[in-house]
This record gives sequence, structure tokens and C-alpha cells, in this order.
Amino acid sequence: MKALWQNYRKNKLAQGIFLLLYIGITSLSLYLAQKSVTAFLLLLASLLLLYFTSFKNVTKWLIAGVVLVILLPFTASNGDGYQSYMEVATLVGIYISMALGLNVVVGMAGLLDLGFIAFFAVGAYSYGIFATAQANHFMPFGHYPLSGESFWIFILIGCFVAALFGILLGIPVLRVKGDYLAIVTLGFGEIIRIIFNNLDRPVNITNGAMGLPSVTPPSLFGIDFLYPSQFYYIVLIILVFTIFTVRRFEHSKIGRSWKAVRENEIAAQAMGVPLVKTKLMAFAIGASFSGMMGVVFAAKQAFVDPTSFTLLESITILVMVILGGMGSVPGVILGAAVMTILNLQVLTEITNWLNQLSTSGAISIPDALSPSKMQRMIFGLLLILFALYRPQGLLPAKNRKYDQKLLQKGSKEANGDSLREQSPIENAQEV
Amino acid sequence: MSILEVKNLTKKFGGLVATQDISMTVEKNSITAIIGPNGAGKTTFFNMITGVYQPTSGEILLESEKLNGLKPHIVCRKGIARTFQNIRLFNEMTVLENVMVGMHAHLKAGLFGILFNLPTTRKEELDSEIKAYQLLEYVGLEDFLNEKACNLSYGAQRRLEIARALAAEPKVLLLDEPAAGMNPKETTELTRLIRNMREEFNLTIILIEHDMRLVMEISEQIFVLDHGVKIAEGKPEYIRNNPKVIEAYLGTGAVHAG
Ligand SMILES: Nc1ncnc2c1ncn2[C@@H]1O[C@H](COP(=O)(O)OP(=O)(O)OP(=O)(O)O)[C@@H](O)[C@H]1O
Ligand SMILES: [Mg+2]
Repeated sequence: MKALWQNYRKNKLAQGIFLLLYIGITSLSLYLAQKSVTAFLLLLASLLLLYFTSFKNVTKWLIAGVVLVILLPFTASNGDGYQSYMEVATLVGIYISMALGLNVVVGMAGLLDLGFIAFFAVGAYSYGIFATAQANHFMPFGHYPLSGESFWIFILIGCFVAALFGILLGIPVLRVKGDYLAIVTLGFGEIIRIIFNNLDRPVNITNGAMGLPSVTPPSLFGIDFLYPSQFYYIVLIILVFTIFTVRRFEHSKIGRSWKAVRENEIAAQAMGVPLVKTKLMAFAIGASFSGMMGVVFAAKQAFVDPTSFTLLESITILVMVILGGMGSVPGVILGAAVMTILNLQVLTEITNWLNQLSTSGAISIPDALSPSKMQRMIFGLLLILFALYRPQGLLPAKNRKYDQKLLQKGSKEANGDSLREQSPIENAQEV
Repeated sequence: MSILEVKNLTKKFGGLVATQDISMTVEKNSITAIIGPNGAGKTTFFNMITGVYQPTSGEILLESEKLNGLKPHIVCRKGIARTFQNIRLFNEMTVLENVMVGMHAHLKAGLFGILFNLPTTRKEELDSEIKAYQLLEYVGLEDFLNEKACNLSYGAQRRLEIARALAAEPKVLLLDEPAAGMNPKETTELTRLIRNMREEFNLTIILIEHDMRLVMEISEQIFVLDHGVKIAEGKPEYIRNNPKVIEAYLGTGAVHAG
């Protein structure tokens, strides 16, 4: 058995065949089944399988692209559950993007932020206000709602406004550290929500607790985006952009300075890393993804109100990051996907099933105990279990490995009498 | 020619006077040692020069430019790098990345360069990897480039701190007890390394050290602090025989020093 596994680890062909079989079977069953959550989840899990193959990165991206762009929507489109699957997939994408943003702040820069949902709210409201008649209440010029074409620009606006809020929040907040930072950001998150909840007087800007109904759907070349299956593609594009950006930053001077600040502030400063600027950058970049997804969220729901941006949401995103692995991009993606699916699919499915059982009289469960109401308790338990048994998360953060041979060669080419020969230190010492 | 000049530097923590009226002039390209018993105020002195603490009073001049009030990262940019008495590495980062952080101030890549992975950014990144690798070669740690910093031995960690400080291309290098926790062989190597560094990188080195043999062997000038006050300064031979110093500090160490 073990030998077989080792063989599999080494053999790319075997991995390819297995992956192909897996994808084939799961997508076929999703295609044939009328409504099968299991098949849908199993097909999504093929991406995890893909992650663990030893293919080249480009190949992995290509396969993931085929599965997500073509296979998943196509096979799901056959059954009744099409839109509900796509709704779940869309929300998974939104949450992954936000979790990746929070991961920059918490995982990479080590700044505990408990009010992260505020940036999502800022994005949602920036589109919500201008894509409904709401803006007429206070804007001296122009007539609203804006057309659906403006949505695409608002993705950018949401990005920048959220980044700006990240900086505005950061300036006062970064004077405090550790636990205090957590408390202050928590306060900030709540303040933003309460402001949105109350900004209907004296000038009606957000329409308060009533929320903003009938947000204009995005439109492109005359096509209106109304269904989750359409939003799915918008989310996918932003998600790819997010992953790509986060990766670039992670392996750059900025990513290194985030980690350096996380590991040791004093040493980082002494090495020339500007503390405030580095932290503000983490806040701004982290927030910007949430801002973009906020805009998409507002358009998808066609309705924005403050109840979508509670503390529980901030905590949910934080749990995704911790569960997946702080600082680990693949980990956070997995963590966010697992949590969202658990939340939207697994818990509701179990609830439905239990409800059926109780209506048929087989068992009777008090309403208060239904699994979807125990969401918080389940998150709490998960957190405790992970803190105890796997504090580094599902897929722990890995450092980039540099190619010694390449650097050796580069070092030789760079200067003839290398520093190595000047060195008074004997080599090959044990660690 | 002097490179670093300190005038009447005083630091008070509440009622505690950590350093009082310390003045010193450090020659360019020299090796200077600061010694003194525990709690004498040596580390506090380094912390003031590097901007970690603001002095209560007094002046710090690097090449006649005032450093008072500057943030630590600016001081680093001005040309002062340091190591720490209680090692401060970026533990979860790799050995190579630790050194690369040291180059932070010299890397020009901007947001756009990074986002679009422009050729200039790529080249700069590759160059800095190679340079960091060379520095690792210099301190004999190149085979551990992908190791986490916290997995290195004590002596290796101290050398990594030195490589990281060198990456900042300083004019003045401050070493806070570089030989602490090293075995005799490592200490000998360190002695050679410090001498070699000065030539190779055209450095001015100031070190705090309790190992008297190392101090006497290596330094051209020694300052002695005791209870926050400078009690003596001069060449090793002078310090060795100074009664005040012997009384304050060398009591037992004199045997080794001799
Ligand atoms: N941040 C601080 N707050 C209060 N007191 C401090 C602080 N830093 C240092 N001190 C005090 O200042 C005095 C000098 O400390 P310092 O660390 O400079 O001594 P040192 O000469 O480096 O000693 P050692 O050889 O043990 O490293 C000590 O009494 C110390 O307790
Ligand atoms: Mg000290």
C-alpha cells in the first residue's frame, strides 16, 4: 500500500490518469443527477486533488481553468439545482477573495483585524447607493440610478475606496498593538455598520436599516446580469486577479517586509523597513479585494442593508484564514471554501433532512437545536479543535525555496573573486 | 577622520539614568569596542544611535549630520546597521529571505513593478537573491539558504544577523555582543570575520562585547561604561592597565585579558 502511494507521488502519468478519472466520474454524476450536492462538492474537490499533483504550475492553472470555467457550470446546468449550485460557487469565490485579503493583514503582516467586513460593506454601499435612486437624495447633480454599465467602473471604485478606508483606519489604529489592535478594529467594524445603519438622517445617504432595494444589475453589451450563473464568471475573474496579486506581493520586497514586521518589528525597522507604511500597505491591499467583492455582492443580491455586515461575518472570515493556515494562500483558499460550503450547503442540508424527519414524525427536534442555528457553536468548536491539534491550519504556510545551484552560478558570474574566498569562516558546519 | 560623533548623550527611564553625558568620537574605518559591566548602559547607547530610543539630551552626528529624532528605518538608510544582543531574526522566514529583508531600503521596485512583474523588478529581485546568497557565502551559511532562521544554531544565527546587517550596505556597523553564546572556535572565526569585514566592506565597526580576549585583540579604541557613565577611553593597553577600569569591571576578567 505504502509502496503504491510512493509510486503515485512520483508518477505524473498515474496522477494525471487518476485526476482525469476522478473529474470524469464526478462531472458525469453531477450531469446525470437531478440535484446532488455530493456530486457538486466532489467535483469541486477535484481542485484539491489537482493541487497535490506534481504538475507544473501552468498545467495546474489550465486544468483548474477548464474545470471552473467550462466543466462545473456545464455539468451543473443540467439539473434543477443549477442556480443554487452557482449561487454557492459564487459565494465561495467572494469569501475566498475576502479571506485572501484578510490573510494579507493577519497572516502575512501579523495584524489581528476583527472588523474586516467593514471594507466589504464599503464596497457594497458604494455601488448600492449610486446604482439605486438613493443617490438622488443628496447628490446635487446627475440622475440616479446609474446604468448597469457603470458596474464595471464601480469594481475599480470599490477597490480604491476600500483601500482608502484601509489607510484611514490604519492611521489611528496602528498606534496600538496585539490584543488592543484586535479590539480597536472590532470597534471600527461595528462603527461602520452602525453608521450605515443610521445615516438616513439628517441627510438620507444610506437609507438606514431599510436598506437599498432594487440595485441595478450589471450589464455588458446589452446583456443584464441577473442570475448567479452569470455572477459566477465575474467573481471568477476577480478571484483570479486576487490570487495573482496576492502571489505577486507575497514574493516581493513588500511581502517580505510584511513578514519581517510580523516576525520582529524592531529588527525590521532596524533593517530599513518603514513600519507605518508597511502596515498601511497591508491594510490597503487587503481591504481592496473586499471592496471589489462588496460591489459584486451588492449587484448580485440587488439589495444592500447593514445586516449583511455583522461582527459574525468578520469572525467567519477570520476563522477561514485560521482554519486554512495563516499566511498560506492555498490554505486560505481551502479554508474559505470549506467554511462557506459547510455554512451554506452542509448545515442547511442537514437541517432540511432533520426537518423532513420531524415532519414525518420519526423524531422531534426542537427548533432551537437545528444545525443552521448552531453555526456559531460549530465554528467555535472547529476553532478549538484546530488550535489544539493543528494550529498551523489545513495547508500550512510554506516558504519559497530558492535554487541553490542557480544562485551559486549567479554568484560566480557576478564577481570573479567571490566573497566566498574572502570569507574567514570555514564552511560545512552543522546547524 | 571621524565618522560618528556623540555629544553628551543622556537617557533617563523615569528616575533611572541609563546613560549620562556620554561623548565619543569614532574614527572612520576603525574598530571600536564598548565594554562595561551588566546594566552599564551599553545597549541603551546603541538603541539611541539607531533611533530605537530618543535620547533625553545630547547629540548624535553621522558624518556631521544630526541623527536625533530620526526613525530607526531612516537611520538605517543613513548608513547605520546593527545586530542585537538577544538575537532578533525573522524566525519563520528562510535564511536567504532574512538577508534579503536587509536590502529593503535599496530595492526600488514599486507597486506597479511588482503587480505586473516588470523586467526591471524581475532583474532587481534576481540580483538581490544573488547578492544575498553571496553574503551567506561570506558568513558560511550558504548551504542553509532555505532553512528557517530559527532552525540555525546559536552561532550561526549570530552570523546570519551580521549578514543581514551587511545587506543594508552600512557605513557603520554596530555589533551587540556578537560572541555571546559562541564556542572558542566560533569566536576565533568571528574575530577574523570582523577584521575581514572592515576591509571588504570598508566599514566602521563598533562592538559591545564581554569577551575580553576578543576585545583586546581586535579593537583600536575602547570605551568603558559603568553605571551609565563613561569612565575611561583609549587603546587596549591603556584600558587594560587603567585602575578605574580594573576596579569597575575587569576585576575577574583581567586574568583572561592578560
Ligand atoms: N526600556 C527600558 N525601560 C527602563 N529601563 C531600561 C530600559 N532599557 C534599559 N533599561 C535600564 O537601563 C540600564 C542599562 O541597560 P542596558 O541594557 O543598556 O545595559 P547593558 O550595558 O547593555 O547591559 P548588558 O551587558 O547586561 O547587556 C539597566 O539598568 C536597564 O534596566
Ligand atoms: Mg546590553
